Amino acid sequence: MAEIIKKATRESFGEALCELAKDNKDIVVFDADLAAATKTSIFQKEYADRFFDCGIAEGNMIGVAAGMAAAGKIPVAASFAMFATGRAFEQIRNSVAYPGLNVKIAGSHAGISTGEDGATHQCVEDMGIMRAIPGMVVLNPADHWEMKAATKAAIEYNGPVYIRLGRLAIDSFNDPETYSFELGKGITLHEGNDVTVIATGLVVNEALKAVKELEAEGINARLINIHTIKPIDREIITKAAKETGRIITVEEHNVVGGLADAVCQVVAEECPVKVTKIGVQDTFGFSGPAWELLDKFGLTRPHIAKVIRDVVAEEK
Amino acid sequence: MDSSEIRQLKILAAKARQGAILGTYHAKSGHPGGSLSAADIFTYLYYKEMKVDPKNPQWEDRDRFVLSKGHCCPSLYAVLALKGYFDWNELTTLRHVGAMLQGHPDMKGTPGVDMSTGSLGQGVSAACGMALAGKLDKKDYRVYTVLGDGEVEEGQVWEAAMFASHNKLDNLVLFVDQNGLQIDGAVEDVAGIEPLDKKFEAFGFEVIKIDGHDFEQIKSALDKARTVKGKPTAILAKTVKGKGVSFMENQVGWHGVAPNKEQYEAATAELEAQIKELEGEC
Ligand SMILES: Cc1ncc(C[n+]2csc(CCOP(=O)(O)OP(=O)(O)O)c2C)c(N)n1
Ligand SMILES: [Mg+2]
Repeated sequence: MAEIIKKATRESFGEALCELAKDNKDIVVFDADLAAATKTSIFQKEYADRFFDCGIAEGNMIGVAAGMAAAGKIPVAASFAMFATGRAFEQIRNSVAYPGLNVKIAGSHAGISTGEDGATHQCVEDMGIMRAIPGMVVLNPADHWEMKAATKAAIEYNGPVYIRLGRLAIDSFNDPETYSFELGKGITLHEGNDVTVIATGLVVNEALKAVKELEAEGINARLINIHTIKPIDREIITKAAKETGRIITVEEHNVVGGLADAVCQVVAEECPVKVTKIGVQDTFGFSGPAWELLDKFGLTRPHIAKVIRDVVAEEK
Repeated sequence: MDSSEIRQLKILAAKARQGAILGTYHAKSGHPGGSLSAADIFTYLYYKEMKVDPKNPQWEDRDRFVLSKGHCCPSLYAVLALKGYFDWNELTTLRHVGAMLQGHPDMKGTPGVDMSTGSLGQGVSAACGMALAGKLDKKDYRVYTVLGDGEVEEGQVWEAAMFASHNKLDNLVLFVDQNGLQIDGAVEDVAGIEPLDKKFEAFGFEVIKIDGHDFEQIKSALDKARTVKGKPTAILAKTVKGKGVSFMENQVGWHGVAPNKEQYEAATAELEAQIKELEGEC
C-alpha cells in the first residue's frame, strides 16, 4: 500500500503548476482575488513575474488569458468553479473555446464540499456547463497523485481545458509507483461483474471503500474512475455495460449535465442499460460542514454501498 | 441627532459586532473583517433611515436593502435579529446544516433579507431593478445597497452604475465600504480602483465621501441623498476592516477566518467593554 497523502486537490494543483513552470517558461497564471484559496498562491510565491491577480473580475480574467494564449503563452486562470465557469461562461465559450485557444481554466471549491459558504458558492453545474462547450476538455481528478498528473497533462495538451479542484483535504488512494494518467481514459480501480460503479472526483475514494466493503457480502462491483469527463472513455463504459449490465454513477455534481449524463449518452448509443445516478438530485446546496453535507447528499461510503446493494438485489 | 441618540447607535453597532463574532465563532467559518467594517452602516440604515416593519418583512412599501457584498451577512443578521426579524439565538447556528441563516444571504429563507447575494457584483444590479420597479409603480420606497471596495472591480458594478444613472434612479443609494482590503491584499495592490469618486461622478452619480464609522456623517450623507433628484447617490465610506476588535483591525488575514474560542472570548469582551463604557455615559 502506498502512503496516504491527505491533501486538497487545489493544493496538489498549485504544487504541480510550480513544478511544471520550472521547465516551461510559457506558463503564466491568473487569479481573481482568490489566490490564497485556489492555491495559485504557491505559484505566485515562486514566479511572481508570471503571476497576475486580476482582482474580482473573472470575465475580464478569461478574456485576458485568451489574449495571452493568442500571443503564444500557456495561461492558467483560476477562481472558484462557480465564478470561473459561471460568471465567465461566455468569455470561455467565445474567446477561448471557439478560437480553440490554449487556456487552462481551474475551478476550485467545486461541488457541495465547499461547505459553509452555502449555495451561492457550491457549484454543482460546472462540469455540465463546460462539457456543453464544443471541444472543451473537462478534467475532474480524484486525489493528490491524479491531480498532479492531470495538471501536467492539461499543460501538455494544446487547447482549452477545464480542471475541477476541491476545497476539502482528502486521502489519496492511488499509488504513485504504478499510477498512470492518460487523457480521456478511465481507470478500473476494482474488478467485478455484478454491477459497475462509475465515479469521478472527490467521491471516487468513497466509492472505492464501498465496493471493498461489499466484497465481504459477496457482491463484486466493478469500479471505474472517470477523471476525464470529456472526452469520455466510451470504450470502458460500453464494455462495462455489456459485461455487468446495470451502472451506478457517483459524482459531487448535479445529476443533470455531468458524469451521469455523459455515461447515459454513451450507453444509450452503444448498449442501453439502466443507470442509477448518485449525486446532487437537481437541487441547490446549503451551508454546513463539508463531510456532513456529503453525507446528506448520499455521497459517502455507507450511502453508496446501500445503493449498490439495492441495485444488485433488484437485479437478482 | 443628539449625543444620546448617537450613543444608542454606537451601542447597537457594538452589539451587532458581537453578533457577527458570535455567529462566525459558532460557524467556525465566515467573514468577520468586512462584517465589522460595515456594522455602523447597517445599524444606521435599519435604525434611522429605512422604512421597514420587522413584523411584516414583506410589506410592499418598505425600503429595500441589498447586501451586494453578501459575505458580510453575519453583522447584517445581527442587526436584523436586534430589530426583531428573528431570534438572536439563530446566530449560533449560522452556517450549520439546516440553519435558517445561510453562509450568504438567502431571501427565500431569512425574514428581512430582500435579495439573495454572495456572488459579488450581482446585488447592485438587483438593487437597480428594485429601484426601477419602485419608479414604475410610482411608489416612494428607497433602495439601499452596500458593496465592497474589492467588489467594485467587477465589471457588472459599472454596468449597473451606468444603468442607474441612465434611468435616473434617484431612489437608489449605493454605499462602498472602503476598508481598503480584499482577499489577496490591499485593494490598491491587487487591482486598484482609485480615483473611485471621480469614477462614480463620471458614471453620473452624486458622490459623497464620509467616514463610515461616524454616525453624524452617515446621517448627513443619507439626508443629502434624499434631496438629490434625477440621479443615484454613491456614498464612499472610509472604514476600518475588522473595526471594533483591536486584533482584527486592518488585518487582511481576518477577511474570511473565524475566531477560535480564545479569540471569540477576547473579541466579545472587548466589545462588551465598549458597550459598558457607552452605557456609563448615559
Ligand atoms: C463573483 C465573485 N468572485 C469571487 C468571490 C469570492 N470573494 C468573496 S469575498 C471576496 C473579497 C471581497 O472584498 P471586498 O469587496 O473588499 O469585501 P470586504 O473587504 O468588505 O470584505 C472575494 C473575492 C465572490 N464571492 N464572488
Ligand atoms: Mg474591502
